[in-house]
Amino acid sequence: MDNSLDMQFSAGDKDLNYVGKRTKRPDGVDKVTGRARFGADTRLPGMLYGKILRSPHAHARIISIDTSKAEALGGVKAVVTRDDFEDRESEFVPAGEMMVNYRDMVRNIMAREKVLYDGHAVAAVAATSVSIAKKALKLIDVEYEILPHVIDVCDAMTPDAPVLHEDLITEGVDPVPTKGSNVAKRIEFKLGDVVKGFEQADEILEKTFDTKPVHQGYIEPHACLASCSESGSADLWCSTQGQYLVRAHCAKLMGMEISKLRVTPSEIGGGFGGKTVVFLEPVALALSRKTFRPVKMTMTRDEVFRATGPTSGANVRVKIGITNDGKITAAEAELKYQAGAFQGSSVQPGCMCAFAPYDLQNVDVVGWDVLTNRPKVAAYRAPGAPISEYAVECVLDELADRIGMDAVDLRLKNAAKEGTQTAYGPKLGPVGFVEVLQAVKSSDHFKAPLGANQGRGIGVGFWFNIGGETCVSMSVNEDGTLTLVTGSPDIGGSRASICNMAAEELGIDVEKINPIIADTSSLGFNFLSAGSRTTFACGMATIEAARNAIDNMRARVAQLWEVPVESVIWENGAARPASSNAGEFDPMTLPEIAKIAPKTGGPISGHAEINAQGAGPGFGAHMVDIEVDRETGHVKVLRYTVVQDAGKAIHPSYVEGQYQGGAVQCIGWALNEEYIYGDDGCLQNSGFLDYRIPLASDLPMIETIIVEVPNPNHPYGVRGVGETPIIPGLAAISNAISDATGLRMTALPMSPPKVLQALKQAQA
Amino acid sequence: MQYEAPETLAAAVELLAGTSGQARILAGGTDLLVQLHADMTDPDLLVDIKKIQELREITNVDGRFTIGAAITGAELGEHPDVKKIWPGVVEGLELIGSTQVQGRATIGGNLCNASPAADVVPALIAADAIVHVAGPAGRRQIAVEEFAIGPGKTSLAKDEIVVSLSFPPRGERASDAYLRFIPRTEMDIAVVGCGISLERDAHGICTQARVALGAVAARALLVPAAAAAIIGTSLDAAALDNLAAAASTACSPIDDKRGTIEFRTDVAGVLARRVAKIAYDRAG
Repeated sequence: MDNSLDMQFSAGDKDLNYVGKRTKRPDGVDKVTGRARFGADTRLPGMLYGKILRSPHAHARIISIDTSKAEALGGVKAVVTRDDFEDRESEFVPAGEMMVNYRDMVRNIMAREKVLYDGHAVAAVAATSVSIAKKALKLIDVEYEILPHVIDVCDAMTPDAPVLHEDLITEGVDPVPTKGSNVAKRIEFKLGDVVKGFEQADEILEKTFDTKPVHQGYIEPHACLASCSESGSADLWCSTQGQYLVRAHCAKLMGMEISKLRVTPSEIGGGFGGKTVVFLEPVALALSRKTFRPVKMTMTRDEVFRATGPTSGANVRVKIGITNDGKITAAEAELKYQAGAFQGSSVQPGCMCAFAPYDLQNVDVVGWDVLTNRPKVAAYRAPGAPISEYAVECVLDELADRIGMDAVDLRLKNAAKEGTQTAYGPKLGPVGFVEVLQAVKSSDHFKAPLGANQGRGIGVGFWFNIGGETCVSMSVNEDGTLTLVTGSPDIGGSRASICNMAAEELGIDVEKINPIIADTSSLGFNFLSAGSRTTFACGMATIEAARNAIDNMRARVAQLWEVPVESVIWENGAARPASSNAGEFDPMTLPEIAKIAPKTGGPISGHAEINAQGAGPGFGAHMVDIEVDRETGHVKVLRYTVVQDAGKAIHPSYVEGQYQGGAVQCIGWALNEEYIYGDDGCLQNSGFLDYRIPLASDLPMIETIIVEVPNPNHPYGVRGVGETPIIPGLAAISNAISDATGLRMTALPMSPPKVLQALKQAQA
Repeated sequence: MQYEAPETLAAAVELLAGTSGQARILAGGTDLLVQLHADMTDPDLLVDIKKIQELREITNVDGRFTIGAAITGAELGEHPDVKKIWPGVVEGLELIGSTQVQGRATIGGNLCNASPAADVVPALIAADAIVHVAGPAGRRQIAVEEFAIGPGKTSLAKDEIVVSLSFPPRGERASDAYLRFIPRTEMDIAVVGCGISLERDAHGICTQARVALGAVAARALLVPAAAAAIIGTSLDAAALDNLAAAASTACSPIDDKRGTIEFRTDVAGVLARRVAKIAYDRAG
């Protein structure tokens, strides 16, 4: 980061023209009219259609694959199997907030020795039509040796569980095991001494919770179009949160040089972390490389559920001790997270976030990364954190009850603040958790009365937020408009926010800025749109690029005025003399400078290449009112308020959208969403009919309160806002049900059959 | 795959009778097109029946309604009279799918899909509706509760088509209602469905009733014992308890991804109480 960036957050909204304003979204019209092009909308002449044959078994050894009949079918142009992908060394690289291993990735995109889950890709066909490709799949003979499978995380940890990878030796345990198991890793984060801490407690509560894997539920299924040339270069169009990571993964898997592969991201119909990995893309490239024809692949919803990554399901034990006046003396947790078929669950961030909202002396968190015969998990907003913080927030709520303290006051008493030593490492800088909790207490919602069978619950959440590698380029056009080029897919309104920041810096009308999201060959590397980094990091790069463009314009004007560049300042969209000493000159606006650019040295642009540091952690709280139908177990959400520290809301509508979307995903996760497996280990609800995300009619208007405690490391004070909103809701809803019924549900989802059963058991 | 859209019943029956392959009848397509896209069916012949006039009409002859099989949920919901007399049948059909689906999904299609959870079927059974069928040998009638014989299976022969549903005339103090339980608020499949049609006298005593349950057995059930529990009562607490108990007793559901045996059995009783009260209030 360029340390010379001025920190303007203290300027206050009065002095800001665009930052903090609800400007028109640049992508809005095309999305409303249907013109916007998503992953499946790119076509090329001569295009083939690729389809994937998927495993009908949860766990089986592949004895043989015979593709000869499929290859003989008219219209079939290529078939690929494991033999078409070179094996890769075990090597972990970051992808979003998760790590990926190429040895595993090559096995996930196409099964090798074994199929490891229902839906695992086994072969793929490219044909002149979708129906021919589907027919060809039926002609592929795969001989399987069916193996016992394991779906549940606790079952997978038992000594006699079927083992997915016989050579997987548990890391982080002493002594090192001699035999392979499903337990990939043990991790631990410690602070102080929990044994002593529990001795100081007046009340200790320990509970174990279960959560189910849930899918991000993006409406747009994965889709791509790959076109390989005889020259060795290739083009790829796809729906992704990070075209540069798609390029890296595909180049690695295909054995290509990075410069030879150009990846163009489409508009994205939702990702939420799930579009940070590759599934179809390498397969489409492999099919195209066999035929030198463009190959288009799109997943059905069934494929999305069976073969892309949900977030982990987990088993979480939490033990907390408090004094009678509400001080937490010790906090302990053990997290068992499902990774799916390959190691790499989100258990690490789960451990790090578990107690991060609180200023604690004694913490011990142990995490286990566990393999099961399910699709490999992928990131899902604040990966790992909602699960661990759900369990912690439920236990804290019960402890507040026990000592007769208000649940918000208990959290206020222990709230993390500037200087708090976290269990996972750093001391916190300025954070807004106390302000968030105070905003909860002073809200109308907090004071509103409740009716019969109704309950209110709160939960809180913490997420780190990240920065990372970012490039931005902008050109000052001949007519005084600006083209802004970023490499970050817009998954949550970042284009509008970034334009607001550019307009603020340059002092021009925001509608004179046209933002585009570049392909990988048109701009330097950008990390994924993930980890709540885009508005923060891409914003910082944009500000720096705008200041670079301003410096270039000042230099041009200085040249015209024949004064040193220091004598020209930039104010309100124009170059002006720094003082009367610099001479008497009329200001020159950006369009005026652009118009004469050919005479002053040629085109004017600005650019920045940074590795953004100093992301500010985000704290939030959710408050929810529900009503329980005691005869059916149905839970209705009556009122919902999200309170969160945004640092600075660059575009408040989009910040509110992030808060609301997270709350809705919490409601789905808490009440109905789950992967349902049969005894055969096959997924039974691979569609939106029986995988129940909330409908508009299930929801009240989600109210939002934006708290702004600036992040001192960003010129306008931005913190990321994308992840935190999915954390607090699971506990808030559980706590509300507990408030309404006096029952503590310890497993998600709290669906009607489970709630009704719990109510009946309590009555009996 | 051959697609035909005949304009007469005779032509449709002839097409069905004449094919040696698998034939499917297409009305709104809200089930069939989904099955086609999911590769669950691969018929040789599709017979679109939407152009056959008789299937697209609603008639009322002396209080006896006849509803064509290809009438959609949206059309039934907008009919000026049907909703007054058979609000339960209308709400059963209107619960299916989204607004867009309502414009396509038909009353005959929901019946012929033969799902145990079909929303309109318990309401039709409660209403004592008759299914009118046409085939090569002419017309025949089937009581609606006898129409489905199991999940996805009907008592139709291969070359028969459902033409319409007819309803008995009813007295002034009569009405019906349908409720289903779903985990969300719409766009879902009944975990339990319950339709009740009843008539009351001037003193508020229930004189006639039919109670039907959906999604609690291999096909929608007519439950005479549940009806008997409320006939002769003013739906007092004891009668409603008996109704709920009889409804729960009639259930023989399965455990599946949508609900457990225990849950379905409990909720069948709960819904029966709630539906009976609605129908009773509407009839008054």
